[in-house]
Amino acid sequence: MTVLVVAEHRRGELRDASLELLTAGRQLADATGGELHVAVVSGDVESYADQLNREGVDAIHTVADGEEFNHDVYTQAVEQLFEAVEPTVLLLPNSVNGLDYAPAVAERLDIPLVTDAVDFDYGDGLTVTREMYGSKVETTMDVDAPQAAVTVRPAEWPKAEGTGDATVEAFDAAIDESAVRSTVTGYQEVGGGDIDISDADVLVSVGRGIEEEDNLDIIHDLAEALDATVSASRPIVDNGWLPKDRQVGQSGKVVTPDVYIAIGISGAVQHVAGMKGADTIVAINNDPNAPIFDIADYGIQDDLFDVVPALTEQFS
Amino acid sequence: MKILVTVKEVAAVDDEFEVDGLAIDDRYLTYDLNEWDEYAIEEAVQIAEAGEDVEVVTVTVGPEDAEDTIRQALAKGADRAIRVWDDAIAEAGLLDPGTKAQLLEAVVATEEPDLILSGVQAGDDAFGATGVTLASRLGWEWAAVVNDLELGDDVATVHRELEGGVEELTDVELPAVLTIQTGINDPRYASLRGIRQAQQKELAVQSLADVGLDSDVLDSPIEQTSLYEPESEGEATIYEGSADETAADLAELLREQGVAQ
Ligand SMILES: Cc1cc2nc3c(=O)[nH]c(=O)nc-3n(C[C@H](O)[C@H](O)[C@H](O)COP(=O)(O)OP(=O)(O)OC[C@H]3O[C@@H](n4cnc5c(N)ncnc54)[C@H](O)[C@@H]3O)c2cc1C
Repeated sequence: MTVLVVAEHRRGELRDASLELLTAGRQLADATGGELHVAVVSGDVESYADQLNREGVDAIHTVADGEEFNHDVYTQAVEQLFEAVEPTVLLLPNSVNGLDYAPAVAERLDIPLVTDAVDFDYGDGLTVTREMYGSKVETTMDVDAPQAAVTVRPAEWPKAEGTGDATVEAFDAAIDESAVRSTVTGYQEVGGGDIDISDADVLVSVGRGIEEEDNLDIIHDLAEALDATVSASRPIVDNGWLPKDRQVGQSGKVVTPDVYIAIGISGAVQHVAGMKGADTIVAINNDPNAPIFDIADYGIQDDLFDVVPALTEQFS
Repeated sequence: MKILVTVKEVAAVDDEFEVDGLAIDDRYLTYDLNEWDEYAIEEAVQIAEAGEDVEVVTVTVGPEDAEDTIRQALAKGADRAIRVWDDAIAEAGLLDPGTKAQLLEAVVATEEPDLILSGVQAGDDAFGATGVTLASRLGWEWAAVVNDLELGDDVATVHRELEGGVEELTDVELPAVLTIQTGINDPRYASLRGIRQAQQKELAVQSLADVGLDSDVLDSPIEQTSLYEPESEGEATIYEGSADETAADLAELLREQGVAQ
């Protein structure tokens, strides 16, 4: 069987998700002794093809249309490539852009789609493992179809390494311009405040467990006692309780402090994406099943309203 | 103008729970309006409040138990609600995005909205694919993960929130399906008056037959085969004791790590 992987890039750079997809794709192809094909669409496809030519890649297809990601172009290009390559499984990243075109590709090709895979297996057919209820449970899905599309969770597989000897071929996609009805007009960085949390050595990070804005006082007190910087999970920023540039995670900042103290944060995958590189992770959460404990080095399974003031007290 | 908002009741799992076959035992689940849908409703209601003649209709694929949640959306300003359900759907098990999109498409065919807003994902199954699948079925344009929206006559100007603090600015031709990200607005609480009024608003229940479908749409190639608590991969040292004791242990660790010195 053949696995077809579609790479992702943004503003001239191949994204890590692309190299992770190669590893995931190779795993799946190996399960049946099949081939791994890679597609890269738009922009400087020659240069991307060079970077994608890693160990285990059999063929790379380049589609030169367009400069940056546009879902109308991607949807058409991937649909046509799928019909040419006839893969058993189409693998796309479960990134924001992946979510913006994978469902359309699957719908047009009339193949099933399973999103956000954390593992898969190919026995009698494709089985995909994914998570539900904020990572508290895992579930397996059997896909009963000759061909399927799967989006792959970022940072779940290691990046592919080594150099490969894949064939690189330009694919001539017939893009129907009249079907391109969306236009990307630019990019914008999220506004910067005066503090860069990615520079901080110690982060006291607060999540929805804090419940109310006024309660943030105990977090600021702790941060002051520890000489640390305050950061947050998304709901705190969505509520406007802290500025946007304090958000840690997939759509916020990636931080790598010496110590990261996660307080009342569940550890959703999009949050973890931003902080798992911290040297020491401490979690304070009253739910012993919270996924944050899976990545923490130290934990307190108790009410933050008891623990945080007691901790501040230790330093005053 | 008519805006259709897809609304889902989602379940959150208690701290302690037990798995029962392919589901979590209902005793351990708490139901609420999907977080992302709350922002989608607010966005639609704000458009209605700013515009001349805008009707906001919600559509839910869900059982009767979901009606309290749907009333929350009505209390926040949606004009009326549609709920699609019948015994066949109840027995179908997992509804994958392809199936849900077909059910919603049937509602779109009769409602003929000008714009559809949905949440980026549902907090429980987190497929994150229903909105874009629906757009593709309808042959409409779309944008996923929208955190800023300005409606023109023929075009929606949106920001799509990408990874790493970068937003993509995109013009999307209307009609379109937009999947709404949290933080795009500040969802209101339902007022007492809103809650009272919601009781009077129409909540229409439609079966598969009512929306013109037969049970074939429920045949999904995706079958859920297991559900389990994952083995904890964690190697965390968990401090035990009273809050004072655990805080003292943690303080010692932090000092060892050179914090606050
Ligand atoms: C496309 C996309 C991008 C996203 N990007 C990001 C991102 O960049 N950053 C981000 O953080 N999220 C992001 N999210 C959202 C993410 O999925 C979660 O919704 C979010 O991280 C949850 O935040 P939380 O952990 O603070 O809240 P919750 O998940 O609600 O967790 C709160 C935690 O507090 C605990 N708690 C409650 N009360 C107490 C108490 N008294 N004492 C101790 N503990 C308590 C609870 O047990 C729970 O574990 C994104 C989502 C999407 C779909």
